[in-house]
Amino acid sequence: MEKNINIRTFEDLYNACEKYEKTIYEISQEREAELAEVSIPEVRIEVKRSIDAMREAIQNGLHSDKMSVSGMCGDDCVRLQKGFERKHALFGKLYEKIVTYALATSEENLRMGKIVACPTAGSCAIVPSVLVAVSDSLGISEKEQIDALITAGEVGRIISNKVQLAGAVAGCQAECGVASAMSAAALTQMRGGNVKQILNAVALAMKNLLGLTCDPVCGLVEIPCVKRNPFLAIHAVTASEMALAGIVSKIPLDEIIDAMEQTGKLMSPMLKESSEAGLAKTKTAIELEHKLGM
Amino acid sequence: MRQTSIIDIISPIMVGPSSSHTAGAVRLGLLARNMYNGTPKKVTFRLYNSYAKTGRGHGTDKGLLAGFLGLGVDDVGIRNIFDLEISKNFEYKFEYLEDFNRHPNAVDFVIEGTPNIVISGDSIGAGEVVINKIDNFSVKLNGKYNTLLLIYKDIPGMISNVTSKIPVNIASLNCDRYAKGEDASMCIALDGELQEDIIASIRSLPSIYIVRYIKKLES
Repeated sequence: MEKNINIRTFEDLYNACEKYEKTIYEISQEREAELAEVSIPEVRIEVKRSIDAMREAIQNGLHSDKMSVSGMCGDDCVRLQKGFERKHALFGKLYEKIVTYALATSEENLRMGKIVACPTAGSCAIVPSVLVAVSDSLGISEKEQIDALITAGEVGRIISNKVQLAGAVAGCQAECGVASAMSAAALTQMRGGNVKQILNAVALAMKNLLGLTCDPVCGLVEIPCVKRNPFLAIHAVTASEMALAGIVSKIPLDEIIDAMEQTGKLMSPMLKESSEAGLAKTKTAIELEHKLGM
Repeated sequence: MRQTSIIDIISPIMVGPSSSHTAGAVRLGLLARNMYNGTPKKVTFRLYNSYAKTGRGHGTDKGLLAGFLGLGVDDVGIRNIFDLEISKNFEYKFEYLEDFNRHPNAVDFVIEGTPNIVISGDSIGAGEVVINKIDNFSVKLNGKYNTLLLIYKDIPGMISNVTSKIPVNIASLNCDRYAKGEDASMCIALDGELQEDIIASIRSLPSIYIVRYIKKLES
């Protein structure tokens, strides 16, 4: 297994899966165990801790309408649930669950609740909403949920080798964008996709989010972050469906990550978490800044 | 290349809302606490740039103080830390500054007590942090490794005197000094743990002023 320590690109990962006839999560958990000098079951217990915390955050978020310190956000998940009671979603129950869980988690985050940074706090709702809603609806076992989250983690890890997962470094493509790609990987794994399909789901999701800026109003993880999470959870589902149907990204995944790195570097610092442009400097955003005394 | 872990990607479990501005702040506070290793009289938290501008809305101030008081990133006590009894153990204040030579998320812990120390660090994204200065010495401490920090007189043979006493693998070693023969610092990140007797034997070496063993962060 010595060689797996050196998996740096998606091509390396694919080749390792082919060579050893293993899935992404198998290669990943072996590598992780070796690197941390622990057993594979110990790695999986760590992963399960995150899943448990994700579920707890969803439950807490579903039942709260407490606003954030700024008072800008916090009561939309309750509004959404009431809305679905009045009129069911066009795409059905599972869609309702995914967007509701995503909003519940991101609102729980802004009111300083306990969440799982996956990969970051601002993007904390995208992976959990898909993972929990789909596994509960389809009766996916706990073992398979752990497999799925390890798969997602491996995707985030490889991207982070190239691009630091921080809005201040590469914009929101590196936070919510990566979360959506990770989520597409987890979903494709849960639905029985093979290695190629999983990597294509990641490629399709990531490619469509290149250039996403980070321009939070008042510099806070609220507008547009909170509602971006449910959008990008559904985005992950679209990517996964296409990949499972056999649609292939014409641009290989590693090249997409190269493009993401370049895009992040070319992106103006004014659009990278500094709140000096874009949505953060709209007339209304400036009024909100004054209101908050910033 | 530095090897990343999938656990870093799908964690930490933390109190929101921001990995860099909340969890990162707690972790910087925890590291500063472990480096100081005592109860100070007064701590001034200097927040720079983005930390200064958006710190209150992100609970950065609460996070820094909570970490310095020993709370973990997932402790909901962070939310109301200003009201907790433990926050009354010493005097503290916050200063909000701009300095474009500093990282967007930079902080100084100006600690008054026995001794007076200034510890500086950055929150570099996704909850990852680095302590890069203690007083005027450059150090490198990210909380991922048990780390031995030494302040000593720069004399020949010091590095080998110290490292020969360390039985575990050294992950990284960073040294800095004011000038040849003056005060110097050594920051040794370790793959394993050090027993108390080893630390004591290093402390007893001549020309070593300060020895701190800073455990890696749990969360």
